Amino acid sequence: MLGPVDYAVWCLGFLAEILVVVCAIRNKSWTRYFPLVFYILCDALVTFGLFYCVRHYGFSSPKYVYFYYYSDSLLTLLLFWVVIQFYLQAFEEMGASQYIRMAAAILIVATAIFSYAVVHQNRTHLTSRFVVELGQNFYFVGVVLTYLLWGAILKLRETRMRLIQLVLALGIYFSVDAGTYALRNLFPGLQPSVLRWIPPMMGVWLPMAWAYTMYKVPEESRLAPSELVVKTQ
Amino acid sequence: MMAALICVISLAVFAQFFVWYCRSILAPSCQVKLSERVREVTGISNQDVAPDDFHRLLQLVRLCPERGDDRSEIRAVGTYYRILAILKRLAIVAGPRVAQWADHERRDCSYFAAVALDRRISYSRDLFTQQISDRL
Repeated sequence: MLGPVDYAVWCLGFLAEILVVVCAIRNKSWTRYFPLVFYILCDALVTFGLFYCVRHYGFSSPKYVYFYYYSDSLLTLLLFWVVIQFYLQAFEEMGASQYIRMAAAILIVATAIFSYAVVHQNRTHLTSRFVVELGQNFYFVGVVLTYLLWGAILKLRETRMRLIQLVLALGIYFSVDAGTYALRNLFPGLQPSVLRWIPPMMGVWLPMAWAYTMYKVPEESRLAPSELVVKTQ
Repeated sequence: MMAALICVISLAVFAQFFVWYCRSILAPSCQVKLSERVREVTGISNQDVAPDDFHRLLQLVRLCPERGDDRSEIRAVGTYYRILAILKRLAIVAGPRVAQWADHERRDCSYFAAVALDRRISYSRDLFTQQISDRL
C-alpha cells in the first residue's frame, strides 16, 4: 500500500521532469539535448502510467510490478542514448561519432546476452529474478559508460560546465541505482523497508539536478575539470 | 558474487561522483575574490577562510534579504558540509589524509558561504539604493 510520502515523491519527480523540459525549451537548448528531453518526457509518461496502474490494479498487482520493472529497463536503454549523446558532444571535435555508436550498440547487446546467460542458469525462479538481474546489469553498464565518459572529459580537458554537471548527475543516478539493485539481489529482505525508497528518490534527483543545470548554468559557462579532482595539500 | 562486486564498485563510484558534483557547484565561487566589505563584516582578514567558519557565515547569509536564485545551492553545499563534518569525525579511524582532505573541502564550503554573503550584501545595497532613488 502506498502512503502520502510515496505520492509526494512521485509528484515531485513528475514536476521536476516537467521543469527540465520547460528549462530546455526556455533556453533554446532542447535540440542540442534532444535525447535528454525525449528521455525525460518518456519518464514523465511512465510516471503517469505507474500512477494509473496503482489506481486501477493496485500496488501489489502483477500488472504494476511488470510495468514498473520493464518500463524501468526501457528507460535505462533510453538513458544510454543520452549517454551516447554526451559522448558525441565530448568527442565532437575528433569526428569519432561512428565508432561511439558502434561501441555503444555492442555494449548493450553484450549486456542483454550476459543477463540472459545469468537468468538461464537460474531458470527455476525466472521472471521475478530476471527483471532485477536485468536492471542491475543495465544500471551497472550505465555506471561503466558514465565513468569512462568522465575519464574522457578529464583527458580531453572538456570545459563546458553544463556538460560536466549533466554527466556527474547521471553518474550519481546510475551508481546509486546499480548499488540498490545489487543490494536487493544480495539482501532481498531489505527491499520493503529500506531499498524501495531509493529508486523513487533517485527518480527525483536526476530531473532535479538536470533542471538545476539547465536553469542555472549557461551553455557558454566554462570550468576546468581538473579543479574538480580531489587534491590533498 | 557478481552482485557483491557490482555493489562495491557502484558505491565507490557513487562516492567519487558525489564529491565531483559538489565540487562542480563550489568551483565557480572559488574563483571569485572576496570584497573588502565582506571581509570587514565577517572579520576575515587574509584570503583564507577557516573550515569551521561555514555555520557562522551561513547565519550572516540568512540575515540578508534572499536573492531567490541561490537557495538550492546553499542547501546542497550545506548537506555536503555536514557529510564532510561526519567524515572528519570518522577520520580518527580513516587516517590523517582523510582529515586533511575533509578540511580542505570544508574550507571551500566556507568560502562558498562567504561569496554567497558577498552577493547578498551587494543585492541588499542595490535594493536600498533603488528604494532611496524611488523616494526621490
